[in-house]
Formats: sequence, structure tokens, C-alpha cells
Amino acid sequence: MRDARGEVRRPIGLRLWLSGGWLTLLVLGALLAPWVAPKDPLMQDLFLGRMPPFWVAGTEPGYWLGTDSLGRDVLSRILYGTRLALIVALVAGTLTCLIGATLGLIAGYYRGWPDRIISRFVDIWMAFPPVLFAILLIAVLGPGLVSIIIAIVVIDWTRFARVVRAEAMSQGAMDYVASAQVAGRTRFGTMLTEILPNVLPTIVALLTLEMGIAVIVEAILSFVNLSISTDSPTWGGMIAEGRTSVHQAWWVLVFPLITLFLTVLSFSQLGEGLKDRFDPVLR
Amino acid sequence: MSGFLSIRNLTVRLKSGVTILRSVSLDVAQGQVHGLVGESGAGKSMIGKAVLGTLPRALQVTGGEIWLDGENLLALPHDTRRKRIGATAALIPQDPLTALNPSKRIGPQITRRLVDILAWTRSDAEARALELLGEVQIPDPARVMRSYPHELSGGMRQRILIASAFAAEPKLIIADEPTTALDVTVQKQILRLIADMQVRHGTSLLFVTHDLGVVSKVCDTLSVLYAGKVVEEARMHRFFMRPIHPYSRALLAATPTYLDPTGSLTPVPESVISAVEEEVRLHDVRFGT
Repeated sequence: MRDARGEVRRPIGLRLWLSGGWLTLLVLGALLAPWVAPKDPLMQDLFLGRMPPFWVAGTEPGYWLGTDSLGRDVLSRILYGTRLALIVALVAGTLTCLIGATLGLIAGYYRGWPDRIISRFVDIWMAFPPVLFAILLIAVLGPGLVSIIIAIVVIDWTRFARVVRAEAMSQGAMDYVASAQVAGRTRFGTMLTEILPNVLPTIVALLTLEMGIAVIVEAILSFVNLSISTDSPTWGGMIAEGRTSVHQAWWVLVFPLITLFLTVLSFSQLGEGLKDRFDPVLR
Repeated sequence: MSGFLSIRNLTVRLKSGVTILRSVSLDVAQGQVHGLVGESGAGKSMIGKAVLGTLPRALQVTGGEIWLDGENLLALPHDTRRKRIGATAALIPQDPLTALNPSKRIGPQITRRLVDILAWTRSDAEARALELLGEVQIPDPARVMRSYPHELSGGMRQRILIASAFAAEPKLIIADEPTTALDVTVQKQILRLIADMQVRHGTSLLFVTHDLGVVSKVCDTLSVLYAGKVVEEARMHRFFMRPIHPYSRALLAATPTYLDPTGSLTPVPESVISAVEEEVRLHDVRFGT
């Protein structure tokens, strides 16, 4: 009577390969930046300003993706910018996930007054325009890596709280939860051993999505010059600079933009791919 | 008559004030099967849930006593009550598709009860679980122990739930429409299985169902519930020979028989329904709701 679903070992899909591959490349690039970056990302050379990428005529050897208006190497700056982007993605993503998912789980499973308090907070929070809220926070906290991370956590925990709450509510209504309680489990124990494992695939998918969003928020803040100090290269900062000279040197804008796009896309695809693969119900 | 499980004047209300159970009393004698029948919405499942302490949040017990093995559950502090229920009672749920945790393998879901309640070692519990799965006629129990619920059919899952309910040798099992979600062909096997297990383990069983045919096969005594009120309590044989309450009579008349599947189908007449509703209303007036 056992059906065939459990027997099939599905190959890792193209989606997981591509997104995982791109993110691995980024992590390696970020870790090895001092060794693999062809130039110093901060070194200016006004004689080499706005050199085009390597396949265009009139390029200077060694500057693969061209230079910006101050003669800084675009590839090197992207690589160093990756470090900041990934730190923000990992730290801010994880913190947001921990806080939001915990509150969502409690609200969805316990219901009653914890739910009422948490849900009202979520409602109030969502009435703020998120980017303006972040900019305001950074203005108050002062620019810097820690402020960016705090800003992202503060504006985005509601995403986790809402989704996890809904999921925990629907799982909480299932008979297996009642059975666990009849068997003498405490409510808290039931939440950890019965509800959490079933909400986990959703949390993982959301977490990867959130990492992509964190990268975007960091880029937005850099774009409006509110990220960390203006010297250190960030993707958003490069996009902001490239925007002013897009007609003379499109590559300064386009390469960081492509990197940003692929990264955010990879994060969300990785999450979906992992959910498909490891959710026991979908598998 | 006073039983192993004895419910006295149990009243359950929605927090908004609507009465769900009206002063319900019933008894399940030691080692006997008591059927609880009624149409949908009568409050059958809520009685089971009130006993097991799993009532939905919107409901609360506003009066009465639930005596289980000589103790009034409702008078116990919350934690003691939960432990007492865990050690004495178990549930066979209605829907086998949602009653097993989808993210855990079958083995741990059965052994958990033994480890939690009886403090057995894991290996003892596993040996016992294998034995139980054999007892509920599951082929290749070792493999099923390692499976996830979604890899098994509904009938298989219901067998597993039965094995799991009997695992810690509870003295009372509440079966909440255990065959309703299954195919008719599987229903019969599951019913026979529950009846066999009940006799073999000497468990008291409260069997909640809307199906009088099912009741006639497995129960010793029964209560008929209408709109949250017990309208008749009887021994099996007497009930089918001489039902007393007009609603019981109408309910029996509405059950198809094997020899005459369509001819005997009579809906419960309007007059009976209004009479019962009048009775329930009078009850409410008497109890001041």
C-alpha cells in the first residue's frame, strides 16, 4: 500500500544548481577578495578614468570590467562590495528570521492575548513606508554596518511574523497536535516538537528571500548615501555613482546592477528549490 | 449506573454565550464500548474533546463533572489533569490524514507515547511498536516505522493511529468517528480491528459516530445526542428493539437496511424535530440559559 513517492530520488534541479552556483561564486569572491581582485578597489588613477570593459576597443589590460570616473577598477570594487552585501544578507537575514519567526510562532500557536498583542504590533508596523522608515532610523542611529542591520531587522520582522503565524495557525488546528496534547505534552513542548518542524520549510524559504531583500535594502541605503562610509565600495554606492555617468560609461552602472539582480534572484530561487526538495509534504 | 468514565451534567458554552452541550450525562463502564450517536452539529465530538481537554479555544466548560477512574478531572489543576489524561486516555482521531505529524517518521510518533508516558527505553519502545503494528495487521512493520505519513495510504494511517492509541495501554480510548474519512471497504476492516483490539486489551471505549450501523456492530450501550442534549441512553439490544424517544425512533427509521436499502429511508419528520427542539428549549429555560 506504500506508494512510490517515497522511493523516487529526485536529482537536484537546475534551479538549485544555478542559484547555488552563483551564491557559491559570490561567497568565494568575498572571502578571497584580497587575493583575486586584480586591483586595489580604492586606488584612483585619473589617467585611466572611464576605461571600457575588456571586449571594447581602447581598453587597458588588467581592468576586466573597466574603470569608473576616478579610474578605480569596477571588478575589484564589485568583489569588495560583495563582502558587505553578504555580511548584511547573512546577519540581517538571520536576525530578522529569528525575531519574526519566534513572534509569529507564538502568536499563531498560542493565539489569545499573545496573538492580539503581536498582531496589533505587526499592523502598526506595516503602516510605515519601509524604506522611509529605514532612512529615518539610519539618520537617528548614524550610518554604519550595525545601523544597516538594525534598520533591516526593524522594518522586516513583520514579514516573518505574518507568514509564520498563519502557518502555525493552520498546523495548530491539525489532529496530530491534539494527539500530542492528549499524550501529556506541554503546550510549549508541542510548539517546538510538533509545530516548528512543519513550519520550518516555510521559514527557510522566507529566510533566503529575506537575504535577497536585505541586499536590496543595503543597496538602496547606499544609493542614498546612508550606508557605511562612502570610501568602502558597495553595490548601491557604485550604482549611485554610475548613474551620473551612464551616457559616458554605462559599465559602471550596469555591472553592479547585474550582480545585484543575479544575487537577489539566486536567493529567492535557492529558497524555493530547498523547499521543494526538503519539505516532506511536497516531496 | 456509574462507570469508568462518568460525565455528570456537563455544560459547554461558546465564549459568546451559545450553549453547545446542555447538562450532558453519560457513563462508559469498565471494559465496555459506549456509542455516542447524533447528527452532525449535535455536539458529539465536543464531548470527547471536553474529556481529553482539547476543546477549541472559543469553548469553555461552564458546569458539570467529568469523573475518570475515580477522579473529577475538572477539579484537578491544569498540569495534573494533563498528566492524568495522558496516562489514562488516548484518542483515535477522525481524519487519519491530519492526525500524524507529516514531518516525522512513523516509528518515533508511536514510541513517543511509550517513552513519555511509561518512561520506557527507546529500544523497548521500538520493539513494542513493531509488535503493535503487527497486531493491527500492517505488512512489513519495520519498513513502515521508517516511513513518513505521506508515503502511506489512509487505511494504513488509521491502523497506525489505532496501534498508537493502544500503545501505552490506556484504560479509556475515545474514538472520534474513526471510520468516517475512510472508504467503505476499509471501514469494515478498521471497525473489526478496533473491536478486536478493545476486547484483547480490555479497554473502555467511547465510540463517537453518526452511523447507527457502526454502533450496532461494536457497542454495548449508547447515548443519543440531539442539539447538545442526551435524549436517550440505552443498552444496545433494547435500543434497537424498542427505542423510547421519538427522535431515536425517527433516527432508526432513517437508517438504510441491507435487505431494503431504499424503501426504509425515512427522513426525520418535522414534527419530531420541533418536539425535540421544544424539549431542548424547555431545558434551557429550566437551567436559566
